[in-house]
Formats: sequence, C-alpha cells, structure tokens
Amino acid sequence: MRESKMLRLFAALLAMAMVAAACGGSDGEAEGGGAASGEAPSFDEPITIDYWLWDGNQQPFYETCAADFTANVQPNITVNIEQFGWGDYWDGITAAFASDSAPDVFTDHLARYPEFVESGVLVSLNDFVERDGVDVDQYFPGLAELWTSPDGDRFGLPKDFDTIAMVLNEDMLADAGITTEEFANAEWNPTDGGTWGELIQRLTIDTNGVRGNEEGFDASSVEVYGFGLEGAFGAFGQTTFSSFAASNGYVATDEPWATSANFDSPELAETVQFFADWIAAGYVTPIEDVESLGGTTIFQSGGAATQTNGSWMISTLSGDATEVPVAYAPLPVGPEGARASMFNGLADSITKSAENPDAAWEWVKYMASPACQDVVGSGAVVFPAIPSAAAIAQEAHTANGVDVSAFTVHVDDGTTFLFPITDSASRIEDTVGPVMQQILRNEGTAADLLAPAAEEVNSILGS
Amino acid sequence: MTAAAPNTKRGGTDLDGGWKIAIWFLLPSLIGWATFIFFPVLRGIYLSFTDWNLLANDGEFIGTDNYATLFNDGDFGRSLLRTLWYVLLNIGSQTIMAIAIAVAMDRLTRSVVIRGLLLLPWLMPNVVVALLWLWMLDGSLGIVNTILQGVGFDEPVRFFQDTGKVIATVAGINTWKFTGYTALLMFAGLQTIPGTVYEAAAMDGATEWQMFRRITLPLMRPVLALVMVLTVVGSFQVFDIVQIATGGFGGTPGGPAQASEVVYVYIFKHGWRFGDLGYAAALSVVLVSILLGVTAIQLRLLRAGESDLS
Repeated sequence: MRESKMLRLFAALLAMAMVAAACGGSDGEAEGGGAASGEAPSFDEPITIDYWLWDGNQQPFYETCAADFTANVQPNITVNIEQFGWGDYWDGITAAFASDSAPDVFTDHLARYPEFVESGVLVSLNDFVERDGVDVDQYFPGLAELWTSPDGDRFGLPKDFDTIAMVLNEDMLADAGITTEEFANAEWNPTDGGTWGELIQRLTIDTNGVRGNEEGFDASSVEVYGFGLEGAFGAFGQTTFSSFAASNGYVATDEPWATSANFDSPELAETVQFFADWIAAGYVTPIEDVESLGGTTIFQSGGAATQTNGSWMISTLSGDATEVPVAYAPLPVGPEGARASMFNGLADSITKSAENPDAAWEWVKYMASPACQDVVGSGAVVFPAIPSAAAIAQEAHTANGVDVSAFTVHVDDGTTFLFPITDSASRIEDTVGPVMQQILRNEGTAADLLAPAAEEVNSILGS
Repeated sequence: MTAAAPNTKRGGTDLDGGWKIAIWFLLPSLIGWATFIFFPVLRGIYLSFTDWNLLANDGEFIGTDNYATLFNDGDFGRSLLRTLWYVLLNIGSQTIMAIAIAVAMDRLTRSVVIRGLLLLPWLMPNVVVALLWLWMLDGSLGIVNTILQGVGFDEPVRFFQDTGKVIATVAGINTWKFTGYTALLMFAGLQTIPGTVYEAAAMDGATEWQMFRRITLPLMRPVLALVMVLTVVGSFQVFDIVQIATGGFGGTPGGPAQASEVVYVYIFKHGWRFGDLGYAAALSVVLVSILLGVTAIQLRLLRAGESDLS
C-alpha cells in the first residue's frame, strides 16, 4: 500500500470514528439517582432485586435472609442472588457497570469503593438512612463511618467485619513442643523477631530434620517453613505484613481519604526488611512459592507451620475438607507494646443502575438489620457487624469446636486499626506491589526501594 | 475483507447479476463483521481521543492528550520492548521447529494420526494451558522441578517467579502450544512443491540437506510469509497465558515486579484495573499501527505475493 493511500485510509477511518462517536456518545448518564421521597413507598408491583456477593460460603445464609425478607417484610420484592469468585467478581462488576447491567445491590469492599465513588456509580444512602431512622450506631464502632465519603455521603451499610490472627498447624506445634498459649503470649520485633521469632525458628525444619534453632540448619533446603506468607504483600498487606508493621508503629495513611500516604515510613521498611531477611534465612516461605500457588495452599499442604490469615477463612481452614488440624492465636505483641489487627468491614452498596432504588434500599436495610445478621451469624462463616449477631457467630463456631477468640480479642481489647481507605487504590497497588516483590526477592533493601515508590504514591494521591 | 466482485478486468456482461447473488451470500458475514469488528474498531479509535471512564461509562473529548501522555510513558515503551523480546523468542523457536517437523513429515510420513497429535496442544484452551503449566512448573509442588531435582538440580527453578526467566517461560509454553499448528500449515505448503523437482535433484546427486536449502526453503517462501505474518501478529497479542500463569494464586499478572508485563497486559491494566478506557484505547491504536507496520515490512521482505515455482 502506498503512502498516500494509507493516509487516505486513515483519514477515512478517522472521519468514521467521529460518526461512531456521535452515535454512541450520549448514553453515559445512568438514571436513577435514588432520591428518597418524604415517606416510605409501598411496593404494589412485583419487583426483583439482583444482588451479587463473592463468598460462596455465605450464600446459603443470604438465601435464607432473602426468603425471610420476601416472606416477612416485602412480599412484592424478590431477591435474586448471584455469586462469583473473588477474582471474577471485580472484573464482572466493572464490566457490568461499563455495560449498564450492574446488579441493583452488591457486596462492596473498602479497597474498591473509593473508585466507585469517584466514578459516581453508587447511590448515596443519606436520605434513606435519615427517612427510615436507621441507627448507624448499632454496629461495631467505626464500621459505619468507613463507608462515608469525604463529602459526607454514605455508600454502604455494614454487614460484617474481619480481623487477622495467627493460624497454627497443631500437629507441627506438638512435634516442636510448643503450645498455642506460647504464641498468644509471644512478642515480635523487627530486629531479631523476639519470642515470636524463636517459636518460628523452632517450627522450621530442613530436609535433614534439623530445626531452625539448631546447629547445622540448612537454610537452602527447607522442608517446613516456620511461618508462611499468606500472599504477595501488595500495598497494604491486610493478611501479611500489616499487623506486624502496625504493631511497630506504622500508620499507612493518617486519615481515611488522605491525600498522601506513609510508604516511606522507617517502621514499614523495617518490617518488610525483616520478612525479606527471614525468607533468606529460611524461616519464612519464599515469595516465589507464595506467588505461584498461594500461601494458604502451602500451609494446608504442610509446607509451613503457621501463617496469618483473616477471619473470613475460618470455615475453610477449620472446615471438614482440610487435613491440617488448626488452632488460632492472637497476633504477637509488637515493639509499641500492643497487638495490631487490621479491622475491615464489608457493606452492601446500591448502584445507580438499580431500576428501583427504593426497593434496593429495603433489601440493604434488611441485610444490615439484626434479623438478617443473626441468620448470617448462625452460619459461623463471618462475624456480623452488629455485636449481638457477632456473638451468635462466635457461639456457632464454639459449637463446631473452633475457638475463634483469637480473632475477636483484637476487637474486645481495641487493638485494631482501620483499613486504609484511599482514592486510586488500584494505581497504588500497581506502584507498591511490584516493589514489595523485589524486596522480598532481596533485589534491594526495603528502605531504598520503598522511597521512590512512596513519592510516586503521593503524586498519585495528590493529583 | 471487501465484497469481492467477479472478475472485472474483462468488463463482463454478467457482472450485475453475479453481484446481486453474491451480496446475499456475503451479507450474513458482512453484518457480523460490521457489528463485531468494524464498528468496535471505529469506536475504539474515537475512545482514544476521550478520557472515557469505564465504570461511569462516560467521558469527554480531550483531543490528543492521551497520545501526548503515551509518548512520554516509559512503562509503555518497556512493555513494548518486553513484548518484542517475547516475540523474538517465541517466533524464532516456533518457526525453526515447525519447519523441521513439516519437512520431516513431508519426507517421512503421511500419517493422519501424527498430524492429529501435532494439533493437540493447539486445541487446548489457553486458560487450561496456563493452569496446566503453572502447576507443572511450580517450584515446590511441580513435576518439572521434581524431575530436575532428580537429575541433580539443587535449587528449584522458578520458571514464572524469576524476573529473568518468566518471558522465556511464556515463550516456551506458546511455542509448545503453536508449533504443531504452524508445522501443519507449512506441511500444507510443502504439498504444493512437485515431487519431480526432488526427483531431478536426486538424479543430479543432491544430498537431503542440499535439497532442503536449494529447493524446499525457497519454494516454501509464500507459505512461510503467510505463516510468519499470522504468527508474528498473534505473538504480539500474547495475553491470557501471562495474565493467568504469572498471576498464579498469589502473584500479580504481569509479574513478578512487572517482568512479564507485555503490552496487552499493560493495556488491560489501564482499561480494566484503572478504568482508564480512553488511555487504554489510545495504547491499542498505537499497537495496531505498529502491527500494521510490522506486517507491511514482513510482506515486502518476504515477497509474499510471488512464487519461484513458475
């Protein structure tokens, strides 16, 4: 093809692109910004609400909630629940928003909702909450505020919370002569690992059967690692480094929706460097293995004696399908003199695609009420956001023979810190995640590699 | 892909009638092509001049801002170079092996069973291929590392998790997947070379290698050109294997530390993770332009339209 022909072709394509633009340009504004009118509407026509969640373990209990809701509260509203795995869920939601086919209501996550807010695809619940007098103080302190934007708009009602704890392989602890109490009383510091570090060393075994605290331990040929990373670190390390860093005095962001973050904090660098050093020393699972098959797979196949994990994993880790007998211990006490667990909560949000926001609100309100949260609590899958329902969950776990106080002790003692809510979480993740991968591969020191990443994050947040 | 009219050189009298019938045969595929390819491409070009947000499904015309950003985007340049390195490894190994297999089949066997077996990897969905190799190549549980340690390797080889190996690993997997298919295309091309040429060469005392160098390779050129254009363009578009296998169950797609962030993964990231559809569209338009250029150069270098067989 000669040049002039190419040019003409390009010009023609460009012209047609403009036509295409004119055809499709005006479909952007989705209607239905749910302005609540003065009084609660009645629903005379049958309405179906589409509701999405990602946790298959919780689905049966929300099915029960939905049935109760239709039977006892709103006979004309039926709820259609769809479940997707965590990975597909967010791509699916994104695609659904892009094609104006989003569900009416969906389970929302603190790491994601700021981007939804920024894009203006969620319905503010302020008017609804005010009209129906919903008591937002009925939840664990702090949970409801997490879902309020800087402009004061509320975008979700809390449904549950989660905390982090140590997960222990009971058989391996018994072999090493270690009790769960020793872990519960352990202290950690980033210099030598403290008493927590000593336990981890004792649990590490090389291929010759030599333990990590014994003479002749071969760090290059390890059979069982004392501590297994749950996943790649990422920017906020909810199930990995966050507990340790926070107990070392690290605060990711000074406030929700902050315009800068503290990735250059020495407390963070010390903590991440500790794990890089301990990977090299053979006590912690190599990041390469964790990236490949995931930390929980390694733990459950006996490759690591302990890990940190979230309370939402209890039913998987202690479930019938697992061969590893598991006990839980609270996180170690850090240099600041206290334990620290990230306190994260999920909520249900209403999308602007909702055809009937009033009906969607009725369902959200029901899920955030004791009636539904008691049902969910009885399932012993997650801890509901309402304390009385969370107590039901704890009892249900105890009835199953699982002691989950290691997770709730953080709430009881007030040793939690809130999930860092930021704008542009995906971009921050994309900036810091690869740097963490390099540090844990010992391709540079944490302090050197985190400094430029911190600058980049601050420029993302500041813009 | 335009509607081909019957031979117009002679200004045939039955042209009008033929056209009328032809249009009915072409219409179904034309409608599909316009709906699923032509319109989306135009729409994509338009989006590249906007700041379209995927979630809000809305955006404004911002002129060439995306393109200005793009030309200063070092990460995009690096993802292109990474992709180029991948294409060289993938196409290099795949083409050499495919030619060898095609010639061997042509000279040794006509077995349909072998031809079928060659196609097996190509028939597997990419997602399955990615997960299969992810497990097989895993450092602690994979069979490949078990074998390697059996023959004397001390440390496990981290195929996907080593920044220096991940691109070569993905190239190897796609070579494994596509060599059979490519070989079969080449094999079909070899069938067009008349046996008499080889008989004459044999009479003159040519060796098998000489026949390959002087007869097979030159006469294969047209089919080689076709295969190269198809495979190179396809290779540039590597995505699913990287997205799944390098993501694994605990890593990040395009990782570790962006070592396998090829250009499609980079585009996907901007469009789907960041919701910046306008920028992703601009990246795609640039990629398409590059591929058009590469194809044009290839066709010229390989003189694809000509054959030495006349």
